[in-house]
Amino acid sequence: MKVAVLIKQTPDTAELPKVSPEEVRSGDVKATMVINPWDEYAAEEAIQLGDRFGASSVAISLGKEGETDALKHALAMGVNSALLVDVEAAREGDVWAVATALAAAVQHEGDVDVVLTGKMSVDGNSGAVYTGVACKLGWNLLVNVTKIVDIADGVVTAERSFEGGQETVTMPLPVVISVAKEINDPRYPSFMGIRKASRAKIPVLTAQELGLESIPRAVRWENLRKPEARHTEVQIIEGETVEEQAAKLVDALLAEKVI
Amino acid sequence: MDFQLNDEQRAIRDMVRRFAQEKVAPLAHHTDETGEFPAQIFKEMGELGLLGLPVPEEYGGVGADTVSYALAVEELSAACGSTGLTYAAHTSLACMPLLWFGSEAQKRKYLTHLAQGKGLGAFGLTEPQAGSDAAGLRTTAVKDGDSWVLNGQKMWITSGAIADVVIVAAVTDPERGARGISNFIVEKGTPGFIPGKNEPKMGLKGSVTSQLFFQDCRIPAENLLGELNGGFIQFMKTLDGGRISIAACSLGLGRAAFEAAREYAKQRHAFGHPIADFQAIQFKLADMATELEASRLLIYQAAVLKDRGRPFTKEAAMAKLFASEAAERVCYQAIQIHGGYGYSREYPVERIYRDNRLMAIGEGTSEILRMVIGRRVLRE
Repeated sequence: MKVAVLIKQTPDTAELPKVSPEEVRSGDVKATMVINPWDEYAAEEAIQLGDRFGASSVAISLGKEGETDALKHALAMGVNSALLVDVEAAREGDVWAVATALAAAVQHEGDVDVVLTGKMSVDGNSGAVYTGVACKLGWNLLVNVTKIVDIADGVVTAERSFEGGQETVTMPLPVVISVAKEINDPRYPSFMGIRKASRAKIPVLTAQELGLESIPRAVRWENLRKPEARHTEVQIIEGETVEEQAAKLVDALLAEKVI
Repeated sequence: MDFQLNDEQRAIRDMVRRFAQEKVAPLAHHTDETGEFPAQIFKEMGELGLLGLPVPEEYGGVGADTVSYALAVEELSAACGSTGLTYAAHTSLACMPLLWFGSEAQKRKYLTHLAQGKGLGAFGLTEPQAGSDAAGLRTTAVKDGDSWVLNGQKMWITSGAIADVVIVAAVTDPERGARGISNFIVEKGTPGFIPGKNEPKMGLKGSVTSQLFFQDCRIPAENLLGELNGGFIQFMKTLDGGRISIAACSLGLGRAAFEAAREYAKQRHAFGHPIADFQAIQFKLADMATELEASRLLIYQAAVLKDRGRPFTKEAAMAKLFASEAAERVCYQAIQIHGGYGYSREYPVERIYRDNRLMAIGEGTSEILRMVIGRRVLRE
């Protein structure tokens, strides 16, 4: 069995507020780039599927040559191999273009049974790429998976969350799965893993190799701006007793028409 | 000349920083208040390979360079001084002398155990009457058949009472002064090796600081480390390396104090402005940042020289002297910027100030370091 885990390199969440619209527009983001935190859960699950079912794993990321920090992080965690997909038309395109390039890379890799992804990226926040990948591949899609119960006889059994409950589903392979954070506790890469990963030469798959020199785009950004910073005010409710504090809190909430 | 970290150094720093901020920092206040050694943290550090970071892979380590090791010490110390110091002592004072001077059998047995994080190591040099004056050691080791018999007392030994392996300096030829000292490997639990109490200290309260007693403590002859009477040279070289890591401890502590002060200055308002708007505060922050950057460059210089096999005694001494005293000034100003809150135990700068005070004393006082540097610059 082979698992492909789709990884995005995103700004460190602590530095996200400092990223300017100009940096996003030019693609030259100055922030520290890390593995998308949601994708760490997918990488961890790929490694665990290796332990449980002997699956081999490959991490795939879309990016310019040299943008390999996130892939190296996945390697250091224990994912078997990595692949950088350098397709300019996808990098500068919409989510459909990204999905097109990633799906092509999965097909190019061959023999992949399961594609794992995080639930969204912390920068783009679309949560739509894995849907596009499943669509392009023509595979089944399972979202918000909290547990992969079993993979046997060409069928995956998984638990997933949805509004108001949890369900167990079975689905034939091949399948695209987006994982929720409840699925595991991503490990820290070992320091030996970091050393080996930092020396790894990561193969690059080009647009020419994938036949994706141009990808039609359905969405165009006319404008890009940062949302206004929200101004908040902190009010400490004081009182001699908990009851008194609670009463004052209720009065304050009523006054603000919160309750 | 290239001031950039390489990919490996950067990746190691980033991962230690993440581990330190997620796992170590949340415990720092508790560790300081209770004096509890953070054993679970060290268990996890061992599992990740951190406890053997600069030890070659063949002995269970990771094989990273000294710059990476210094970065790791800085990050851990920025999160918790007690954790940073314990880590530095384990690596610089126990693992490295075993690597440099141990026999193949000693490395396989003891170094691998420590590098794999199965236990901590310690270095027993200082005695109640002999600290900077290493030639004044009174602990003795006498050969008796296939054994050495140790008698004496050690003091201020980091992790001494909790270490699996302690390297102990003892007089083997009283006639020869400093040239009559040898180092021995003593395992925890050896009869006659009696760990004493954990010393109450001003800071670094989660770092176990022990007295050690040796009463007819009999160890196998093969536990002599390196050459007989070669102990002085061994521990001078060990301390040279250790000084890089103590400098890195100070850099981490100073950085943490600086960052806390910077954030406080942005949030604290006075006279209708954040106090960061006032030049008095900006000048303090500027001096603090500059001193930390100078410390960093001295540390990297010493680490690179060490990795290249070049002499680094003077540079390591300069790095520790400057970084420890600079961090003292940085911590002082961090408390000034915090005002009354800086004096409160509820804010981290109070703890950091106390934790850093040791760095100008341990592994060579500032006074000894000035002698080391002074002698060398006069010879040049």
